[in-house]
This record gives sequence, structure tokens and C-alpha cells, in this order.
Amino acid sequence: MQATSSLRESLVTGGKTVHDVTQDICSRVEDKPNKTWLGAMTLSLITLGIGAYAVFMLLWDGIGVWGLNKTVGWAWDITNFVWWVGIGHAGTLISAILLLFRQKWRMSINRAAEAMTIFAVICALMFPALHMGRLWLGFYWALPLPNTFGSLWVNFNSPLLWDVFAISTYFSVSLVFWYIGLIPDFATIRDRATNKVSKAVYGALSFGWDGAAKTWMRYESVALILAGLATPLVLSVHTIVSFDFATSVIPGWHTTIFPPYFVAGAIFSGFAMVLTLMIVTRKVYKLEDYITIYHIELMNIVITITGSIVGIAYITEFYMAWYSQVPAEGYAFLNRMAGPYSWAYWSMMTCNVISPQLFWIKKIRTSIAATFIISIIVNIGMWFERFVIIVTSLHRDYLPSSWAYFSATRYDVGVYLFTFGIFFTLFFLFAKFFPVINMAEVKSIIKTSSEKKD
Amino acid sequence: MKNNKKTYWKGIEELRNDPDVVKNAEREFPESITESGNGSSRRDFLKMMGFSIAAASLAACEAPIRNAIPYVNKPEDIDPGIPNYYASTYFNGGDVVSVVVKTREGRPIKVEGNEMSTITNGGITGQVEASVLSLYDNSRLRGPKIDQKSSSWEEVDKLVGQKLKSVNGKGKTIAIVSNTVASPSTNAAIAALKETYSTVEHIAYDQQSASGLLQANKESFGTASIPSYDFSKADVIVSFSADFLGGWVSPAEHSGQYSKTRDLTTKKTMSRHYQFEANMSLTGANADYRVAVKPSQEGLAVAKLYNLIASKAGGSKVSTGDVEINHLQKAADELWKAKGKSLVVSGSNDKAVQVLVNGINDMLSNYGATIDLSTPSYTRKGDDASMKQFVSNLSKGSVGAVVFFNANPVYDHPMGAAIASGLAKAELSVATNMVEDETASVCQVLAPDNHYLEAWNDAEIRKGSFSVAQPTIAPLFQTRQAPSSFLAWAGKDSDYFSFLKNNWNQWFSAENTLGSFQVFWDTVLHNGVYETKSTASAVAVDSTTVDSIAAPSASFAGNTSAAGASIAKNYKADNSGVELAIYQNVGIGNGSQANNPLLQELPDPITKATWDNYLTVAIADAQGLKMFEGETKLAELTVNGTTIEVPVLIQPGQAKGTVGLAIGYGRTNAGKVANGVGVNAYPFITEVNGTQSFNVTSGVAYKITDKPFKIAQTQTHETHMERDNVLRETTLADFVNDPAAGNERPEIATWLDEEDHKVAPGALSLWHGHDYNNHHWGLAIDLNTCNGCSACIVSCNVENNIPMVGKEEVLNRREMHWLRIDRYYSSDADVDDRVGLEQAAENPDVTFQPMMCQHCNNAPCETVCPVAATMHSTEGLNQMAYNRCIGTRYCANNCPYKVRRFNWFKYHDNEQFSDANPQMNTDLGKMVLNPDVTVRSRGVMEKCSFCVQRIQAGKLQAKLDRRKVKDGEVNVACASSCPTGGLIFGDMNDPESKVSQLLKVKVREGSKSSDKVTDNPRSFHVLEEVGVKPNVTYLTKVRNVDQKTEA
Repeated sequence: MQATSSLRESLVTGGKTVHDVTQDICSRVEDKPNKTWLGAMTLSLITLGIGAYAVFMLLWDGIGVWGLNKTVGWAWDITNFVWWVGIGHAGTLISAILLLFRQKWRMSINRAAEAMTIFAVICALMFPALHMGRLWLGFYWALPLPNTFGSLWVNFNSPLLWDVFAISTYFSVSLVFWYIGLIPDFATIRDRATNKVSKAVYGALSFGWDGAAKTWMRYESVALILAGLATPLVLSVHTIVSFDFATSVIPGWHTTIFPPYFVAGAIFSGFAMVLTLMIVTRKVYKLEDYITIYHIELMNIVITITGSIVGIAYITEFYMAWYSQVPAEGYAFLNRMAGPYSWAYWSMMTCNVISPQLFWIKKIRTSIAATFIISIIVNIGMWFERFVIIVTSLHRDYLPSSWAYFSATRYDVGVYLFTFGIFFTLFFLFAKFFPVINMAEVKSIIKTSSEKKD
Repeated sequence: MKNNKKTYWKGIEELRNDPDVVKNAEREFPESITESGNGSSRRDFLKMMGFSIAAASLAACEAPIRNAIPYVNKPEDIDPGIPNYYASTYFNGGDVVSVVVKTREGRPIKVEGNEMSTITNGGITGQVEASVLSLYDNSRLRGPKIDQKSSSWEEVDKLVGQKLKSVNGKGKTIAIVSNTVASPSTNAAIAALKETYSTVEHIAYDQQSASGLLQANKESFGTASIPSYDFSKADVIVSFSADFLGGWVSPAEHSGQYSKTRDLTTKKTMSRHYQFEANMSLTGANADYRVAVKPSQEGLAVAKLYNLIASKAGGSKVSTGDVEINHLQKAADELWKAKGKSLVVSGSNDKAVQVLVNGINDMLSNYGATIDLSTPSYTRKGDDASMKQFVSNLSKGSVGAVVFFNANPVYDHPMGAAIASGLAKAELSVATNMVEDETASVCQVLAPDNHYLEAWNDAEIRKGSFSVAQPTIAPLFQTRQAPSSFLAWAGKDSDYFSFLKNNWNQWFSAENTLGSFQVFWDTVLHNGVYETKSTASAVAVDSTTVDSIAAPSASFAGNTSAAGASIAKNYKADNSGVELAIYQNVGIGNGSQANNPLLQELPDPITKATWDNYLTVAIADAQGLKMFEGETKLAELTVNGTTIEVPVLIQPGQAKGTVGLAIGYGRTNAGKVANGVGVNAYPFITEVNGTQSFNVTSGVAYKITDKPFKIAQTQTHETHMERDNVLRETTLADFVNDPAAGNERPEIATWLDEEDHKVAPGALSLWHGHDYNNHHWGLAIDLNTCNGCSACIVSCNVENNIPMVGKEEVLNRREMHWLRIDRYYSSDADVDDRVGLEQAAENPDVTFQPMMCQHCNNAPCETVCPVAATMHSTEGLNQMAYNRCIGTRYCANNCPYKVRRFNWFKYHDNEQFSDANPQMNTDLGKMVLNPDVTVRSRGVMEKCSFCVQRIQAGKLQAKLDRRKVKDGEVNVACASSCPTGGLIFGDMNDPESKVSQLLKVKVREGSKSSDKVTDNPRSFHVLEEVGVKPNVTYLTKVRNVDQKTEA
């Protein structure tokens, strides 16, 4: 498993020794928080506060504080939901699928990517909850629980219910997978801890890890099994999310292309988000030797591939709309391109189809600054993709009498900010208190002392 | 081991065998445990705490109790939960309609048409439907007032009696100002007042005056009355801006008649209707040929038609200037061909125009055929001249006392300001108005009348056709019926009921064949209507100066040449200035019911706008302005020197160079709902030939400013984008050749071994269908008879407790109406021109399509609900369980018809909506709620239920009687209020039901009973190819035009 081609360039640069790895990663946890971290944390808490106000008003007054109307019943809520779920794809993909494919370059990024996945899924879960008219009942009525309402059961035909299952399964498996990976590293921190509190907390977190060969063996088997379990989930979650639309009768939603298209889009946006966060983290935590240009380049290639898949999907949709000769379907797609929401459509096309193509140029895909900017652009584009699918399909469907226009209110924005607040608060807490790079795994790919140092 | 026989004593006392020890030997604790101290112990504390927590949590669980108190002595007629129906009569000025009032536990909650009326035949308008809420209007006066202070009726009677006496003594006029009074007994009461005070003068005016028509008829036939028109007998109808379906004279009556000529279910002929008008009216929208004509040309157009007919009839022509009017020659030819079976009407209030119209009808031999002079309508008797005289007398100070009898001229008369200032010169001013409106607020004495639902009354709607009103609830406030007040002030017994009954005894005892008068009276009250058998008028009471009672002469005696000369003077073919055509819209009407949110939020059938009036501007005159989602600009409108700001609405079909503005808005003292909504157009009304003219042809200018404004429209898209899966239409000629014309049934390709491998979309399904063993409810909607009048919308709102949400929320596109009427304009653009198709034609064809939940058998909403809150009934209904709904809105998104409505906010008991939605936010307003229908909470989805409460009630009744539900016994609120019979509801499982017969329903071969097909060649389902299999079926729209594309 640890065989590495001697021709391949080292994945970790800077001639790090095993001790260096421990030192570099653990010191972030052990040191006092630095000013950048404190500033960033304050900022995310402020965002969370503003968002919490919007959420409070939403719950106090009703869904009417949003800009939705009789024609457009979903807009920012489900757009944000799908967007966050999409972002939540990269982590598990990196850890699970790349683990199965023995892609070792994943080792220095999988920890943060998985954390991001879990936080993104938490953010995503906010929207199916908050978008409900009656959250106080919906949060448990949507679960198939035995109840005293007679024979009242959930509707297993509903894609929304499938979402409940798909997302909760994905969330739990991702969480377990992430946590199992953390155990040896927690043990390292525990072993280095100098104060009692740290020792106790990390001791508890590390579940009594003893580092025995047998333990390592079990650890690796569990990782492999969980990777095997998580792999189909990566594909299934967004497939099922896409069923929300694909199984409906609304032109622009009712499309069989959605499952692969959504999965590709999810990987696309997930990788972009991982890049955004990793570029910041490696800079702030000075982890340039662990997360190298090589990593970034590889991820950029994945972005180009998935971006192209998404682009082809857009074009295929147009082809199908023409080929089917269904007037409403044809209109829905023309309306995307030239209707009142054409600004959203062209934002999506520019961000998603054109911008990743720049990565064909080696100079751009190996440039930190360019990567950072494009990774953000891609995520803006992917947000617009969901907005375009949801809002432009709904706002002009079958009966022209009901055609309407949706405009966001400050509460739409506020609740979106709320999830950003959650996401970054959790991410910064993670970056401070958890080892951001999987030390145990990275140690397996650094050059051994017997090899010549670079 | 040795036995251990040692004994251990617990103490020396045991060894000694003390009595204490022996006594307590069996007890563990010899001394009783005592608590130290007298206060509360630790145990008490714990007990108290436990109890408090339990009590607190129990209290928190319990909802506040609202006691329902049962009757001590149950009233004989009232059974809780069982509605009672009473025949009565709706009064609002001259608008009088026979109705049936539904009451529950003594509260009137719904008004429906009286099917026994030979005038309306159960027809009704939206205003009548909505009037039940006006009963519970919070702005109604609670009792009499003197000088703005609450008072008693004794004091009012004393004061008014004194003052009237003194005014009468001085010989000054006592003016009674009212709208048309159609009640003979009320007229008799006023006559009684006249007997006591000789200077009493009764002046009647109408907001939408028909004074010119009355005068023309006086000149032509010797009597100032409006004959009764029978549109049902007309093969060719020509209307010059008479909105006879929307507001002209008697819309509920005319709608029913008109629809008979448009109905193609049993015949293959229909009337041809020409409409010449400036504004796009409801009637114009239904016309086969609608020609935009400027008001300044209207007289010339009528004169030209007169001359065209005269040349055929060989009569003398009138000499006026010529004018080029499209289709006028064609109309004349067809009118002549349909001689005796045609009808020409005009909405003009110019006597000269109406004389020529009478002349045309006379040449066409329409009198005695489509126009009946012998049974004139008594609902418009207002006289502009006497009103004008009154205003000048008032200003001169020769009027000593004024009694405003439910009239609000300060607001709704062009000389309102003069009246308001002149009132100061009168010794006494009294208003019987129900609210302290613009007029009442400047009067000294307020003697509020009862609402018509609290009152006894009678009406002679048409000569010989009576309608009676009986109270359906005791007066809610200290109000007194106005005729009672008149009787009291006349010094007579103020019991109006006895007065009324005595009158009837006098008038009809001769023709009573039912035995005693009481039996006769009870029968009349039960039926609500009475037709006198004698030809001579039994009731010769008219207190106004207008002579409308005399019998008309049969021959036309109008001075057409004088009329022609007047027209030549007042109209011109080439007026270059802007012209203002003031009109009355369908919802708010003349503004007297403006404080009714049901009407404010009723979308105008044409513009789909709510909560505002606006300047309708032709597309060509829009100066580049384009409306998007109701966003528009304010215009500065100047009429004869007065400038106001009013929003612009671009109206397809508006005559170029003209603008339209609706009356009924700009109320200042109507109440919370209406105050400040729109602008008042009454002051702009001008005069022509001595009568009011709604057309201002000179001195009008408007400038579109940069100031933004938003008009709350429920539909902002104009056209149907040529989607024939939405709307199917054809021409009469094509329909006669092929009844299925224009109704191409979609087919989809299949692998099945069918001919061409194509089947109807309904034949293919993933679903297995449902078994409807008992009933299968269905609704048929005839697009040809539906005229868009919107009575059904109001009826639905009242029946189903639908919240009104106010302008802001309509702007947010969140109106809650379960039933809407989609209005589509035709477009001139090519079918492939996607952007061009969004633009309506300059003068478009209009189609109305009522749209509500289609109750799909394969309902897309049902499959997507995660909690099964919406599901299918065993009778074909798509049901909503509000209690189960968690509000994901997925169902609404997945509804192809977009008929589901979400409760975005809490609309009941919420300060935010108390103004727009009083029926759920005030104790008074809540009395109107239908107890059979839940008031929905925030966060749940709702939609049309096919009035499931009515279905259940009908089934229960049938079950009690141990029989099957009879067809017609269960009817949905929309269909029951439809004046045209355009909506037909029934059981599709019953082959004999009206709906089954009409649609020719049968079960699809090899399918379950839910899967029905309709064999009526005109029938179609909207969006049939989506495959949702609706239970609402539409019949194609047929236009009686020669060529479909003709403008």
C-alpha cells in the first residue's frame, strides 16, 4: 500500500522528517491562537449573529419575509441547500474515492476537505429545515417515526423524503469516516499535551488509541470499509437531490440528465471550495510544504474536467429541449438564456463553463492567485446554476397567467449569511483545535531518513 | 462448635423489662419522628416544587378555553350547524338584486342569487356576493349622532322634527337626496314625509347616470324610463360603450341573457356582438368585433349607423359629419338582416345619442322584440337636472334642510365640493348613511340606516316584478331603517314593517288567490319575489320628480334631426386632443362599497389590477413606457385645470388618443380599507346636453413622469404565448363544420401497437388509477359562456374563508384566491417570435379562463408531499389536510396550473393584516366566517377543495333521507354564483348528471373508474399532455367572426 514510484516527485516538500510533521501540525493546536485567527473568528461570529437575526425573523413572522411568491415557491432556500450539499461532496470524494484509487496526493488535503464536507452538510441541512412553513412540526413529521396519529406515515413517494434519508446517511457516514481518521492524530496531541485539560480532552477524543500494530491494522481496515461505504454515497446524495427536480413535471426540472449532471457539478463546486479554503489555510498556517503546487494543480485538473462535464450538460439540455419539440420545454430553456433572468444564466455560463477552461494553461493552473480567484468564481457560478434551475424554471412554467418574477429580500440574504456564519465558525474552530492535516497518513509519504534529502 | 447462647441486650432497659421497652418492642423507632420547627420543611419544599412544576407545565399545555355557551331556550328555527336560507333583496343605490341569504347560528354568512327571480334567474354579481362583509364593516356607525356626538333616536327625532317644522314653516325646501329608490314602500314613506312637510322634495341621482337615456326615452316614447332589454333574443348585438355585462343598468340580468346567445352546448348558432368603445370593458372583451372608438366620435358613429340603417329602411337621414369607423357598415348590414332579432344599446348619457339609438332600434323593429317598453326597469331613475338644481339652490341658501338618504354626493357627484360647502347654509343636514362617509361627516345629524341584511324592504325592480327583503339578523348596532326614520319624522308610526305589510295588503289583496293576506305575505317572503298578475301598475308611487310611471306610447316619436344637429355640434371626427373616458369597473363599481376588501382585492377582469385605479393608456400612447411586473410610472393628469397624479396602466385595446380612469376610488372617509386607495375621478365628470358626461373630450392632458409606482396585478403576463395546450379556440363557421374545430387532441408516440404508434397522453401512465365506487366529482367550464365577470371569485372567497392580503402582498404576488380568472390577450406576433408573443396586439381578442385546482387524478402535488398532507379522496378530490401540512411548498412548485396558495404569514389575528383582512382580524368581521371551513394557519398550503364542505353536507342530507345524492343538490360556490351557467359541477359517475351529459363522459376502455374520457368534441383538459388527468374539463372558446385574424 505504501509503494511509491521513485520517479514520482515527492508529495511533501521541504525535506520534512516525521518529527517535523508532528511539530508543524501539532503546534497549531498547542500554540495560543494568533491574531489572524482571532480576527477571522470574530468576523464569522458577526456573520453568524446577523444571520441569526434573519433566522429569528423568519421563524417569528413566517416564510413571507423571503421574496417567494405563488409561482416561485423555492428560490434562495433550495438553491443554497443544493449548493451546500454540492460543496459537501468534495471531502468524501477525496477521502473515499481517491483512497480506493490509491491517490496519495489526497493525504495532505483530505482532513480539511472532510471537515469542510461535514460543515457544508450541516449548513445544507439548515435549509430544508428553515424553508418549511411549520418547522416546529416538520422537523419530526418528515421522519418515519411511529406515532399516535393513527396509521399516518410519511409519503415514501416523495423525493423530499428520499433527501431526508440520503443526506442523513451521508452526514453520518462522513462524520464517522472523518472521526476515525482523526483518532491517531488526537492520540499524538494527547501524548504531547502538557496541560491537564488538553490531556483529558484529547485523551477522551482519541478513544484510548495505543498505536499498536494490531490497532493500526484495524484502523486501516475500517478506513477501507468506510471508504467503500462512502463511495456510493458520494454519487447517491446528489443523485437523490437531483430527483427533487427530475421527478417533477415542471419544464426545466423534468430531465433525466440531472443525476450525473448534478454529481459532476457537486464535485466541481466541492473541489473549488476545498481549494479556496486550502489556499487560505496553507498560507495562514504556513503549510506550503504539505499542500504543494502539485496538489493544487491536480485539483485544478479535476475542476476542469468536471467543469467541462457540466458545460456539456448545459448544452445537452438545450439539445434535448429542441429535440423533444415540447413547446413548454423549449420555451423554458430559451427563457433561461434570454428571459428576465438571463443575467443569472450568463453569470452561470461565464463562471462555470468559461472560467475553468483557463486551467488548460499551465501557468494559470499552477498560480496560487489565479486558482484562488477561479475557485471562488466557480462557486459563484455553481450557486447561479442552482438558482437558474430552480427559479427560472419555476417563474415561467406552463400557464403564462401565473408567470412572475422573484426578487430576494434581505432575509433571503440573511439566512444565507447565517449558514456562512455556521460554516466559518465551525471551520475556524476545527482549524484551531483539530489537526488540519492527517499527520499519520502524511508521515507515510514523506521521504524516509535513508533517502536522499532534497 | 459450641452453641452460642449468649443474649445481648440493647440496653439496661431491656434487661430490666421496662414497660416502655415492652410496649415499643415491635417498633423500629420508639420515638415518633418529629419535624423540627414549625415552618416549612425540606419535604414541604420538595412537594411544593414538584407540584408547582407539574402545575406550570400542565398550564402551559392547555390552550386558552373559549366557552361556547348553548342556548338556554333554543330558537325554533336555529339548529347549531344547520344553515338557514332566507330570500331577500340586495340594495345598493339603484342596484337591486333578488338574493338568498345563508345564515348560520343567526349570522348571515353568504349571499347567493335567487333562482326564482325571473329577472336574474339566480344570477348575481361580485358586488352582491361581497355585500355580506359590508354588514360586518367596522366603520359602520354604532348609532345616531348629533354634531359628531353620540346621541339617541329620541333626541334625533326631536331635533329633526323641530327643524323640519321650522324649515317648512319658512317655506324653504326640505331636500331628500338619494340614489335611485326602487322600493315602492320607501317611496311611500318619503311621500308620507311630503304630506307632513309640504316643501319636501325628493332628488335622486345615480353615480353612473342614465339621465340622458331617460330623457331620450321620454322624448321618444313619452315616459322617462329604461325599457327592459332582452339580449337573449338578439342575434346581432351592437353596443356603443355600454358595458352591459360589467356595470351598465343590470349586469347580473344581462349576463344571463347574453350567455344564452353564446351557449353552443345544444345549438350551433350564436349571436354576433359588435362593441364600439374607447376603454376595454368587460363587454368589449367578450365582443366578436371590438372597435376602438374615441368618445368624441361616438355620437358620429351612432349617427352613421343610424344613417346606414335609415338608407335600408328608407327613412330620413340625419346630417352629421362623417367618420371612419371600422366594421360599422358590416354591423349595419347584419343588423338589418337580423331585423327584429337585433339590439343596439349605448352607454352614452347624451340624450341626442340615445334618441338616435332608439331610432335605430325602432327602424330595426326591435321594440316589442328585444326591447320591452311595457315592463321598464326601475333601477335607474336619477335625474341630473334636478340634482344640479338642488346644488345651486343649496348654494343660494334656498334649501333649508337636507336629508341624504344613503347617498354620498360629496364624494360621488361632480359637484360634491359645492354640496359640502353649501350645506353650511342649510339649517339642518341629516345623513342616513351607514358610515360616516364624505357626506355624513359634514352633516349635523347622523341617523344611520340598517344594512340591507338587517332590514325589511320591497323593490319593484322592473314594472310588475317585485322583490322583498327580510332581515336575516337583528340590527348589530343602534341603527334604524331610513324609511322608519322618515315615518317617525313625518309624525307617523315608525314601524316600517307594518307600513310595508299594509302597503302590500293594499296593493295586492285584489289579486291574492292564496287565501288570507298572511298566507300571501308568507309566500312572498319565502319566495322573495312576486310578479303582479295585473297589467296595470299596482304601485303608483314615485316620490321623485321624474315621471317614470306613465305608460309609454308604442310609437317612436324622437326628434332625430334635432338629435343629429346636437351630435354634429358636440362630436367631431378629428379631435386631436387627449380624451378621458371615465368608467366604472366591475369590482369597486361606483365606490359605495369601496370599504369592502373582497372587492378591493378582486382583480379587475381586464387589467387584473387590485387596490388601485389607474390611467389606462393605449400601447401607442405609452411614450415608450413598458410595464414589468406591475412597475409603472405616475402620470400627471390635467383635466380642465385640475392636476392629479395617477399611475399609468398600458391597456391593449384602448382607443389611441384616449385615456380611461375608473370612478369609485380616492375615498377619504369610507373606512380603513378604502381610504387613500386610488384617486377620485368624479370631479372630472362633465356635462353634455344638460346631463352628466363620463367622456371628457377637451381640456385633458397627461404627462408620464419619472416617478415610479407599482400597480398590484394578479396577472402580469398579457398573452397565452400561443400555447394551444392552455387555450383552444375556433370560429363559429369552423365549429359548425366540425364541432371539434380548434380542439386538436394531443397524441404522443408509443411503442404500443396502435395506429401510427400514437395514443392519447392519458392512455399511458405509470400509475394505476383509482377506484371511485360512489361519486366522481367533476367540473365543466364553458369558455364561451364565461364572460369573466368574477362573481365566482368573490363567492369562492366568502365560502372558503379566503384571507385578503392587501396591496403590498398582492404586489409580492401572494394573493390567496383559490379561484382566479386568467385573462389572455391575443398577440399579432408570429408563433415563433418568443419575445414578440409576450406583447398583446393593439386591439386584441380576449379570452377568460377560470382556473382553480384541477383535482388531477394523477396529481403531481400528491406524490411530492413528504408527509402526505395532500392526497386523493375516493371521490376524485385532491384533498388538503391542513393539520398535516409542514409547508415545504413542493406541491405548489410541482403544480402545472399554479393554483396552490401558501400562507406566507398569519393572516388572522395579526395586526399587520387587520386593515386588509378585517374578516379574520376584528371581532365584528369574524362573524362572516363560514364555520364549516377552517381558517388556515401560517405556514400551510391551501387550494380549491371543490367546496368539500358542501359535498359533505349534500351527502349527509342524502344519507339522512336514505337516498343517493341528486344531481344539482351539491354545487360548488363558484358554479352556484355564475350568472351565465358557464360552470357546471356534478357527479361524473352519474351518467344522468348535467356534467356527464354535457361532457359525454365515459370510462376509458380497460381503465379504472377514475380514468374518464370526454366525448364532447369541444371538451379539452388544460395541459392534457402532461398526463395529470384533471377532473376539470374546459369547452373551447368559439368566436363568431368571419376570419380569425381579423382585427
